[in-house]
Formats: sequence, structure tokens, C-alpha cells
Amino acid sequence: MSPQPAVIADGLVKHYKTVKAIDGVSLEVPEGTVLGVLGPNGAGKTTTVRVLTTLIRPDAGHAFVAGADVIKQPQEVRRRIGVSGQYAAVDEYLTGYENLEMVGRLYHLPRREAKARARELLRQFRLEDAADRPAKGYSGGMRRRLDLAGALVARPPVIFLDEPTTGLDPRSRGDMWEVIADLVSGGTSVLLTTQYLEEADRLADDIVVVDHGTVIAHGTADQLKDEVGGERLEVTVADGARLDDARRLLERVGHGDADITEHTRRVSVAVRAGTRSLIEGVRLLDEAGVEVKDIGIRRPTLDDAFLALTGHRAEDDEQEAAS
Amino acid sequence: MSTFFADGMTIARRNLIKIKRVPDLLIFATLQPIMFVLLFGFVFGSLAGDGDAAGYREFMMAGIFAQTIIFGATITGAGMAEDMQKGVIDRFRTLPMHPGAVLFGRTLADVANNLLVLVVMSLTGLAVGWRLRDGAVNALIAYGLMLLFAYAFSWVMAFIGLKVRAPEIVNNAAFMVIFPATFIADTFVPGRSLPGVLKTISGWNPVSSITLVAREHFGNLFALQPPGTSRGQLEAATKYTWALQHAELYTLIWIVVMLAVFVPLSIRAYSRAVGK
Repeated sequence: MSPQPAVIADGLVKHYKTVKAIDGVSLEVPEGTVLGVLGPNGAGKTTTVRVLTTLIRPDAGHAFVAGADVIKQPQEVRRRIGVSGQYAAVDEYLTGYENLEMVGRLYHLPRREAKARARELLRQFRLEDAADRPAKGYSGGMRRRLDLAGALVARPPVIFLDEPTTGLDPRSRGDMWEVIADLVSGGTSVLLTTQYLEEADRLADDIVVVDHGTVIAHGTADQLKDEVGGERLEVTVADGARLDDARRLLERVGHGDADITEHTRRVSVAVRAGTRSLIEGVRLLDEAGVEVKDIGIRRPTLDDAFLALTGHRAEDDEQEAAS
Repeated sequence: MSTFFADGMTIARRNLIKIKRVPDLLIFATLQPIMFVLLFGFVFGSLAGDGDAAGYREFMMAGIFAQTIIFGATITGAGMAEDMQKGVIDRFRTLPMHPGAVLFGRTLADVANNLLVLVVMSLTGLAVGWRLRDGAVNALIAYGLMLLFAYAFSWVMAFIGLKVRAPEIVNNAAFMVIFPATFIADTFVPGRSLPGVLKTISGWNPVSSITLVAREHFGNLFALQPPGTSRGQLEAATKYTWALQHAELYTLIWIVVMLAVFVPLSIRAYSRAVGK
């Protein structure tokens, strides 16, 4: 028997007066894996997390976390999860140490254990020097790290990270990625929401793409990229007059019509055989005497996948929301 | 139930740490009662009591105690409203803690605040001539009952704090209700001398009963004795309703009712406030 998934959501619905925040979200996080929930702002990522972490009750659907029913046994769920949110949930008047000790006490760890665990996490998250300063004076990155540490206090088997790096500078983001990667290697199951495709690509085993409150795609990063059309052989020719020749030759290697971009003197075609297609392409072009400036297999990015799936880029919405 | 107390204590500690980190709050919370005692004692005192300003000050101390601890409960309400806007509430609500613990901890920490205010006010009162004339035991009963009343009322304010959209509204709303409630009472002007409807309101106002309990147990009931009236006549005139004749019982009833109604109401409001 395969172990039960760490998180199961089945047809979750949450409607507000005029907005369908989520409209039938189903997903699974197999034990010990990371699921990336990818989508633009307002897609329903945060609402999904809030339902799964018992913060809001869904209008319809079922969800189980670490074997406990989110709706019927919220207190059981809370014992087994750690949550780190988009808005760092730390008490700014308390020091880093006091924050973590308080969280430990509220998980009902014995006093000594709560204290020891707080010190241990502060060390692990490189907050030792700031441990006894009120969190009010922490930088954004430090607050996020403290918040994430708070999620780990009780060593929960399932962790929810809601946009853990949104608004962080690139360095702090890199730091967070390292911490999360460590976490996962320790066997914790993670559900991670993000609007950064790079983040999902890097951290997640599986990805679901959410838009307008529903899951519109599901798979590994590679599968999603393949879904958009897979690999393309891309050639830049030296002489613009030979573009048409190049196109004819490439169509013999790949399948379907080749695309031409005249001003960059670039031809591309979908291919199936990867490196073999590349070698064949090089041979044909060489035999025909077409001088090549650049040639290569290009894999679609998650950005391409996102664009193809939703019709808009992931980060457009963020800019709209910010303006 | 055990987690209710344990988690409540953890939260209370957190709130007390905040008072330590932001001492401005504490400074104003203690300066305000000093100001009230001096202001009311000397401004109203010059006019009231037929020239017996010292007598008036002794009379009104119980009233100021009552008013101050009732206003003190707005700190609970505003604090709750402020908490609900902070990210840390989301953390609390995903922890396996008792749903009433945040409220219990908040109200508990505010008892400490009230205790301090009572001490400061008492010292100021003693400095302007107020005395405890009925022994330490009775004084302790008066203080105890005032703290209990304030505690119960802080749950009412916590509920309001959970229902408003911004912490500032708590203060405005409280002012609109608490100001009249503490003036149409046997606090600064003897309730028996209020006109018509106001006298009836004052007679059944729990602020009057808690004030009367304190005044009697402090031994200040006859501080302001009009010439030509006996103590018996004054006492009869002062206790002109059932509520005032049974001031301890009436006050206790209010305490129990406020707790019985607003503890569950507030806990429910807390559980639902973010869970929309």
C-alpha cells in the first residue's frame, strides 16, 4: 500500500459576495515531496492555503492534511502543520527568541524544550546575533526567516509556505531557497505557493498551475514545459538571404512549420529527438552551405508554459496590482 | 480547559512584554488617573459640597475609581482590534491553542494594568486627603470587586474590539457610551440629587452600584453629609433603588452576566473574525 498523501484537497470552493476566490481546487501533495502552487495574484493560491491551514472554512469540498480532516478536526490538523505566510506572522514587540519560545509553548512543548528549540532554530536560520532584539528592527528577510522558523518549531510533518519570498531582494530569496531545500531533504512534505516560476522550477517536485480559482494544469516542471510544445531547434543564419533555405532544411528535421523571425535572422522548428535533431540540423545546413551564426536546442521556460496555459505572464498581474 | 489557562498565560506574558517594550503606554495609563483625581477633586470640589471641598474629594474618589477602571477596559478592546490586524493572529490561529486563549491572555494582562492604575490613583487620592475609614479588609473587598467588575467589562470591550474595523473606532465608540454611563451615575454628583429620568437611570446603573460598594467599603459614604441630615437619612436617600440597596449583589449579578454573555460571544467572534 502506498502511503497516504500528506495533503489532499478535493473540489474546494470558497465564494465571497461577488468573487469566486476558489472554484473547485483539487490537489495532492505526496508524502515527502514539494508541491508548487503557481499562479498570478488573485488566482486563489492564498485562499487555498488558508483553507488547508484551517484559517477559513470552504463552502464546499473536502481536505485532509496529515490524515486529519481540515473541516472536522481543525485542531488535529493544527498539531501537524507549520505555516509561514506572505505577511510575516511575527510579533514585532517580542524578540526573535521570545517569538519562537512563545510559538513552542503554544504547540504545547514543555518549557525547556521550547527554549532549546528556539535557540536551535535561531542558530539554524542565522538569527543568533539578532535573537534578543525586538523583531520590529528586523529586515524583511530576517522577519521572513523568523516566520519560517516559527513554522518549524514543532517539527511538523507538513509545511505550508505561502509566497515565502514575495517582496524579498534576490539575496534574501536565495537564502530562503537554501533553507527550504534543506527542509525538504529532511523528508518534510511542503506545499509552496509562488508567483515566481523560477522558484517553482527550483524547489517543487510537482507543480499545479492555478488561475481564476481552478487548477488549470498539473505536472512536473518538465511535463508542463513539454505541454507547451516541447523543444525547438533554433538557428540564426549569417546571411539573411539564406533564411528560406534554412527554413526548408529545418522542416525536414523537425515537424510542423518552421517559424522565421526576419530581423533577427532566426528560424526555429519543433523537434522531438533532442540532440539527434540538432546534429542532423547542423549536417543538413552544412551540406547546403548555409552559414550558421548560432544553433541550439531551446527548452521552453515555465514562463512560456504559463503564458501558453493562462494567456498572460505570471508577473504581469503583480505589476498591475502594484500600480 | 487546561490549555485555555496555559495558553492564556503564554499570551498574557506576551502582552506584558509589549508593555515593557512600549513604556509610553504605561506612562499615560498612570498619568491619566492622577490628572483626573486632581482635576475633578479641585475643579468640581470648589463648587460642590457647600464649600466642603475636602469632603467632596473623599466622596468622588470611589466615582473616579469606577470611571477609570471602566475606561481602562477600552485598552483591552483597542488591543484586541489592533491584534486582529496583525499577521501574528494568523500564526495563532494555525497553532493548536485554545481559541479563547488570545482573549483570556489579553484580559488577564489588562488586570495587571488595572492593578497598577488603582495603586497610582490610591496614592494620589491619599495625597489630596482621601482616607480609607473602614479598615483594610473592607478596602480589599472594594478593590477586589472593582477589579472583577473591570475584568468582566474588559470582555465586553474585547467583543467590541473584535467587531470594529479599526482600533481607533474602539476608543470613539467607547467614549460615546462610557462617558454618559459614568456620569449618569452616583459618581461625581450624588445620584439622589439628579433630576427625574437621570435619577432613575443612575439608580439602576451598575456604575452606581460598583461606586457605592467602593464608597461604602472605603468608609466614605458620609463624606459629603448635607447639614441637618442624619446619617440614617442620608443612607436612605442614597440607596433609593433595590439595586443600590443591594449594591454588592447587584454588582456581582452584572459581573456574572457580562462574563456569561461576552466570554462565549467574544470567543466565537474571534474564531470567526478571520475565518470568513
